[in-house]
Amino acid sequence: MDKKQAYKKVAYYPGCALEGSGHGYNRSTKELGKKLGLELEEVKNWNCCGAMEVKNIDPKIQTYLSSRVMSIAANEMGHDVVMAPCNGCYHNLKKAEYDLTNDEGSREVTERLSSKAGHQTYQAGQVETIHALDWIKDAIGEEELAKRVKGGLKGLKIANYYGCMYTRPRHIFPEKDQGPGSESTSAPHFMDDLLAAAGAENVDFALKTACCGGAHTLSDKDTSTKLVVNILKAAEEAGAEVIATECPTCHAGLEMHQVRAEKEFGIKTNVKMMYFTQLLGVALGLSPRKVGILENASDGRAALKARQIA
Amino acid sequence: MRSLVAIEEWIEEWTPEAATASGAAAPQEMLGAAEAVVEHWLVAHEKAPTLDTYEGFRLLALHRQAAKGDPSFNACRETCREAAYRYNLAQAPSTPEAWRANLATMRRVVQHLVYFVGGKLRNAQLGEFCCASRPIRNPAGEDFVTNGEVA
Repeated sequence: MDKKQAYKKVAYYPGCALEGSGHGYNRSTKELGKKLGLELEEVKNWNCCGAMEVKNIDPKIQTYLSSRVMSIAANEMGHDVVMAPCNGCYHNLKKAEYDLTNDEGSREVTERLSSKAGHQTYQAGQVETIHALDWIKDAIGEEELAKRVKGGLKGLKIANYYGCMYTRPRHIFPEKDQGPGSESTSAPHFMDDLLAAAGAENVDFALKTACCGGAHTLSDKDTSTKLVVNILKAAEEAGAEVIATECPTCHAGLEMHQVRAEKEFGIKTNVKMMYFTQLLGVALGLSPRKVGILENASDGRAALKARQIA
Repeated sequence: MRSLVAIEEWIEEWTPEAATASGAAAPQEMLGAAEAVVEHWLVAHEKAPTLDTYEGFRLLALHRQAAKGDPSFNACRETCREAAYRYNLAQAPSTPEAWRANLATMRRVVQHLVYFVGGKLRNAQLGEFCCASRPIRNPAGEDFVTNGEVA
């Protein structure tokens, strides 16, 4: 089965962030799927993927936790594709797949804990884990998306920020860097491609995968703020009105430190953050409210209104 | 060698007008600052910074040296490569406006490197919690760690 068909109905693993701070991402992903005629079936009784806390204590336990999600999707729901829009979840499921393929110790721990928990052990290769970007790119594609756009993004200038966990470390993403048509780990472009098809103008943004210091936001918040402000300024200097995101942690980090930079250091930046699913939803004629733009801390409605997008 | 603080101050105060005043030397100044940042990291870890080049750039050779045994340093692999790319762009024929805009972008890239490496020197675990995670109870290499790629 080709990807276009295979991705029409997928198991949906929202993960914890999309039920909390990333609620707008959850809402817009579901609305976008509906609008495009794609079906999401949420993984039943899903658990934490093990990001990042468990992984840093015992990576094999994280592998087990991620494998349980994939096991439910494959063995209890009959799916062979799991779509995870959160970079952390996506990364962890990919890492688990890699570990289970390559490390006997990880397989042993997963086997033991699965049997203890009373569910079938996940076997490497049973499912393919994809990101929301792969989902839209392969199930719909730019050509089809451009045809379905209503109004579009009218040249809205966008800097696409992919964050770190979508591409690093490279070896857990064997499908990337495979030449034309595949995603690149050093210069990712799937989000750029989709938003351009929806009428946006992507700016030349050099910090697409730069570390935002997100995980250190509590222990060393000044470094995180500096890293984020630099990302925001780089986007603004490139002419961006909006930074498109595809990770709830990145999104929250950019929003939080934008506010903190102004309050603590008097550094003001005006660029707005929106999930790429929100931008595509608006381009397809959905209202900002429907795709959760009002739930973002960074209110991008004025940027959309200025271009008569919504 | 300039201190990291001095490099940070220099880059924060940098303006496109300053680049114009430096003329053709401006991209090299920026690249030199990036090299000095990674040199600081290596010296702090008791390594002699290499004088070799990789793909024509000493910065890329320094990054490879720094990333050996420290997967979290891969977080700035793309940053170093982007700085090299911007340096190359600055050598190509372009309008003065495009040349300054490219230098301004290169400045942000190098500034990221200054903050990331500076942050790692204060808190070595920066970058080890997400894309280059490392089990906190196990030193590198002792366990099966999937994030041990080298640049």
